[in-house]
Amino acid sequence: MNIEELIENFEFLDGWEDKYRYIIDLGEKLPPLDAKFHTDEWKVRGCQSQVWLVPSKRPDGTLHFEGDSDAMIVKGLIAIVLMIYSDKSPAEIKAVAVDDIFAKLGLSEHLSPSRRNGLIAMTEKIRAYAGIL
Amino acid sequence: MYDVEAVRRDFPVLSRSINGKPNTFLDSGASAQKPQQVIDRIMEIYTREYSNVHRGSYLLSEEITSEYEAARKKVQKFLNAESEREIIFTRNATESINLVASTWGRKFLTRIDEVLISEAEHHANLVPWQMLRDEIGFELKIFKINDDGSFNWDEYRRGLGGKTKLVAVTGMSNVLGTIFPLKEMIRAAHDVGAKVLVDACQYVVHQKTDVQDLNCDFLAFSGHKTYGPTGIGVLYGKAGILEAMPPYQFGGDMVDVVTYQTTTFDEPPARFEAGTPAIVQAIGLGTALDYMQNLGMENITAHENELVDYMHSRLSEVKGVHEIGTAPGKGGVFSIAVDGIHPQDLAFILDKEGVAVRVGHHCAAPLVRRMGYESLTRASFGLYTNHADIDRFIEALHKAQTFF
Ligand SMILES: Cc1ncc(COP(=O)(O)O)c(C=O)c1O
Repeated sequence: MNIEELIENFEFLDGWEDKYRYIIDLGEKLPPLDAKFHTDEWKVRGCQSQVWLVPSKRPDGTLHFEGDSDAMIVKGLIAIVLMIYSDKSPAEIKAVAVDDIFAKLGLSEHLSPSRRNGLIAMTEKIRAYAGIL
Repeated sequence: MYDVEAVRRDFPVLSRSINGKPNTFLDSGASAQKPQQVIDRIMEIYTREYSNVHRGSYLLSEEITSEYEAARKKVQKFLNAESEREIIFTRNATESINLVASTWGRKFLTRIDEVLISEAEHHANLVPWQMLRDEIGFELKIFKINDDGSFNWDEYRRGLGGKTKLVAVTGMSNVLGTIFPLKEMIRAAHDVGAKVLVDACQYVVHQKTDVQDLNCDFLAFSGHKTYGPTGIGVLYGKAGILEAMPPYQFGGDMVDVVTYQTTTFDEPPARFEAGTPAIVQAIGLGTALDYMQNLGMENITAHENELVDYMHSRLSEVKGVHEIGTAPGKGGVFSIAVDGIHPQDLAFILDKEGVAVRVGHHCAAPLVRRMGYESLTRASFGLYTNHADIDRFIEALHKAQTFF
């Protein structure tokens, strides 16, 4: 599924409950991250729960990301973040308007300030990787 | 009869709706809500009575000074201290404990001494002693509690010895709800010649506290947990001990004779209250303590104990829920772990249902780890908590379980 499809699917969901059941489902389906990456080196600071994000560079120049969290809702949000950013070129990553996407998903009003900060920390980490890799 | 519904009407924030649901406020252990009486008193001071204390030769300052000192008397009565000179106003319990560490501790502790604390301490009663140990070199000993969170006499006695100079313990755990047998613990500590500091943050909120009966040497609590304002805390210290202690901070309001070269310091409590104090907050705290005492501490305890029993029985109905801390006679603090649900996820669903709880390590990370967790979800009671709060909490727990 890509992010456009997710936005479409979200249009059929109303209320926070259905949206979050869906997000939890995305979290449960997120491919597991190898336990060897559950270290400080791959941790995203600034999140309330533990979040890991691991980049790798593909031969075609795109960046692939894997992620994980100990909290399921956050894991679901990571799944969305990966849909937005993974397997894109650094230029594409820099051009993403992530706030617009979350607004289209109708999630902005359901995110607490601390969760929003966590998301910002994640996207900044991705943009930083895009700058150096 | 304790009329909890009438009590609730005194707390305007409880009638606010949260995410479209009734406000189920179960985080009073972190900070309590304020009754209208306290809110009104604060408004009144700023509207009609405000000026600085201990300064003026004018009416407003004289009036506010006597109100500020009257608040000190109220704290004295609340704790049944012998004299109001034993009551020092601080910012919060954390500052009260730091004050003892940096004045009494620096003066009286040496590298051959021992300081004894429990496994169940809040960071506020752990970190200051670690820092002082690193500075002075004494041994910081930690006595174990039982796996159910209850107090263990053998472990405590094993920790006490001829070298113990200070026992610093919580009266009631903010994670487990365990209430320590303070009076007997203090007697045992005095028998080996140690002084005792009680972190009474949670303790004073839930039962009558009598420092003369307990015979503690120091006792600390925070105004914001006793239905008073933020920014005000209390340190009780026995008069003889306070008199022997050097000042904490230096400046105005705490000095006796000052020349360009030398200064002599005022007597306690002024010696420990450098600078303009939290005047309005202290007076607001006085009003909050009046509020609790008007309801009657015994009545508050009885009300909360009844809620504790109710919570126990309701929690036992929910599958997959583990109560961490089940010491007999525990107070209204419930830390739980739910199978298959991360505390952060649980708190998110509870919040959507209007239920405020705290998640994390509750500023007692070593304790939460010692109980076998990294993070716990905590519901804590106040004097306004009612059965409906608990019912909504249980319902929200059930609902959260449908998500994961
Ligand atoms: C047992 C205990 N000690 C100390 C504190 C620290 O209180 P404050 O942050 O008001 O200084 C708390 C507050 O959570 C507490 O529960």
